[in-house]
Order: sequence, then structure tokens, then C-alpha cells
Amino acid sequence: MAKSQISMTVNGKKVEELVEPRTLLIHFLREQLNLTGPHIGCETSHCGACTVDLDGKSVKSCTMFAVQANGADIRTIEGMAAADGTLHVLQEAFREMHGLQCGFCTPGMITRAYRLLQENKKPTEEEIRFGIAGNLCRCTGYQNIVKAIQYAAAKINGVPLQEAAE
Amino acid sequence: MIPGSFAYHRPTSVKDAVSLLGSLGEDARAIAGGHSLIPMMKLRLAAPAHLIDLAGVADLKGIREDGRDIVIGVMTTQHELVSSELLANKIPILRETSLQIADPQVRYVGTIGGNIANGDPGNDMPAVMMCLNATYHAVGKTGERRVAAREFYQGAYLTALKPGELVTAVRIPVPPSGHGHAYEKLKRKIGDYATAAAAVVLTLSGGKVSTCSVGLTNVAETPLWAEEAGNILTGSALDAATVKKAVAAAEAITSPASDGRGPAAYRTKMAGVMLTRALARAKERAA
Repeated sequence: MAKSQISMTVNGKKVEELVEPRTLLIHFLREQLNLTGPHIGCETSHCGACTVDLDGKSVKSCTMFAVQANGADIRTIEGMAAADGTLHVLQEAFREMHGLQCGFCTPGMITRAYRLLQENKKPTEEEIRFGIAGNLCRCTGYQNIVKAIQYAAAKINGVPLQEAAE
Repeated sequence: MIPGSFAYHRPTSVKDAVSLLGSLGEDARAIAGGHSLIPMMKLRLAAPAHLIDLAGVADLKGIREDGRDIVIGVMTTQHELVSSELLANKIPILRETSLQIADPQVRYVGTIGGNIANGDPGNDMPAVMMCLNATYHAVGKTGERRVAAREFYQGAYLTALKPGELVTAVRIPVPPSGHGHAYEKLKRKIGDYATAAAAVVLTLSGGKVSTCSVGLTNVAETPLWAEEAGNILTGSALDAATVKKAVAAAEAITSPASDGRGPAAYRTKMAGVMLTRALARAKERAA
């Protein structure tokens, strides 16, 4: 099958590549751009480990063809920290609040939480839980993930952290 | 899981999209958000030779008022339905339903068009559209025709859409202001299809029901419009005895499959429970 030329911005960098139309965005990111932060988890649109930020939306990159993302502006976990290595506030939050154990879901969790906080600067605990309902974690029981997002929100808003109830 | 090979097309007008659908024939599929089709392609349950991506057709996007109707382009995402203040004011059941579809990531990409036109009995919007008496605009080579949602669904994945036709918009008559509404969905977890769900839109006048429409999700091969249940409730004060009678009428038209969501008898019963709850909530909300 003829390849298609696509161009997009990924983590602030312009990329131009040839892809087969059937190439899924997750495979394109991982195998052609070597961005292995977005993970392949369930491959059935459920787990959210492959979540990336695309044109201001959180999307599951296992359920989109790379050609559909032609022209898009994409951010993956690799694009979260500053160029000098300073962690993004959400990365710092996940570290400080022990928001991960095995870490497999973390890139998806953080990219999803990033968009959630862009849309809702002061989410309630319930809004956080509803907002990350498309991301599965099999280790933590979510408690510390919710706390990490609360930590990041508090830091962004410059207010003291109010922890989720145990 | 890697889908089979296909050629990718990205038309920029409805005319070009319909012309491609017509000329490429049965091997072609239109793709909207792709959140039903791509998983099917990954499982090789679908293997279209041509994909016609509708994302480049600007005319298929957006929510507008047209007289007493609201017209929603098929490429409007669930997320956009949730965000629309116009819909929140005029047809609030759409926000309530959209928020119960899948999860945030899927709602950013999944469209109303995919939800209503795919014919999947698990989708939530079809029963809501039947409840609201919506009409679908179907465009083919010979022009546009309009099909009532209540006549659109013929079987699982089988609709009144003819080969080469594309649903371009959903037209919904705005329910009277002060109407009550509710979409009650029983599901095992967020993101799941309904074990059973019920949509209700009703109007009250002097404490009595003047109009009432009921839709049911995922308890038959197709979404259901429970016409008789609505008729039974009309004129009543939604007293327990009448509600019970209407619920029995709604349960009687269900024919769910026994599956991971429960045995058929349970799912029928849950359709009744969802309807009872939806009626109570719609009544509370009605002015």
C-alpha cells in the first residue's frame, strides 16, 4: 500500500515522515520517532497508557491512525519536562506523592492530568476521579494518583495542599 | 494488533465524500472519530480497502439552531456536546447522556455521527434520539433524504442507510422549555456499554403528564422507542400504579441477550428499574 507523507509537531519539534495508512499513532510515535513514553497497554482503547495530548485533547494513540494526526500538535510525556530537565509540576507531584508504583500507567496518567488541569484549574476530588476514568492503574488503587493531581493543582494555584480523604 | 491495509482518503466536502463512497463501493467505509471502527479493524472484524476520513469536511461540524430544531453535524464530538451551552439550555439530556459515554479520551474523539449511524445496539445516543424524535439527514448521490430515528434501526449494525449514503446531520426538535428529562444507565464500570439504560423526556401540566417519550438502550438488537409506555403515562400524575404499568409495557418489548452483563431476564428487569428512576428524576426536573 502506498505510503502517505505526514507532518506534525511533536513536543515542539516539526516532524515529516512517511507512514502506511494503517500505522497506528502509538506505533508511529514509538517506532518511527522513538518516543517510547506512551505505552501500549490493552490495545483496546480501555487502559489509557497510550494517552497523548493532541491539539488540546487527550487521545488514546492506539485508537487513531498516524495519518489522522497529520498537521496536529502533539505532546507526549517526553515533552513535559523543561529543556534543562526541570520536572513539570505534575511529574514532581507524582514523585512527591508516590503517584506511581510500577510506572506503566504514569505517562498516560500525567498527560491526561495535564489536559484536565488545563481545562479545570481547581478540580474537586470527584472531578479528578471522573477526569482520569479513562486511565487504568493496576498498582496504586488511584489514591496517590489523585493526591498527586491535587498537589499539582494546588501548586499551580499557589494554595496549600488539601489532601484527599483516606 | 495491526489492522489490514487500506487506502486513505480525506475529502473536504460532503459532495466529494459521497462521491468516493459511491464509486469505491462496498469496500469503502467512512470514518468519523473511529472509536468503533478502529477497534474492529484491529481485531480484523472489519477490513475496509478504503477509509474515507470525514475529519476534513468542515460542513459536518458544529451545532446550530434552525427554527424550532437544533441541527448537529455528525463530526461533532461527545466532548463538544458536553461543552455546548446551547445544548445544555435547550436539550440537556444530550449532555447528561454524553457524559455517560465511555471515558474522557474517547469523548474527545468519538462523534455523535459514529454513535448514531453505526447501528451498534450498545451505543447510547440512538435511544435518546428515538426518545427526542430526531431525524437524520442522509446524503447520497441523488441528494438528501431525511429518516426518522424511530425508523432508522433495523437490527444490530443494520440501519435504513442505503449503500453510498452518509448521515451528515442530526435534527432534533427542541423539547418545550420546562420539560423534564433523564438518562439513567446501569453499567458495570465507567466506559462500559449499558447493562440497560432508559431515556425519558416528559412535560407536566397541572401535575399531570402532557407528553412523555421513552427510549431504551442495549436491551434488544436495536435501540427501542417504548411508545406504549409513553402513552400509558400520558395523562397520569406519575402515580406508582401507572408507573408500574408503563414499566411492564417497556419491559415487554425488550429482548436482550444473556452475556457478561447478565442474563436476559435480569437485563429486562434492569431496563424497568432504569425507567422507574428516569421517570422520577424527569418529574423532579420538570417545571
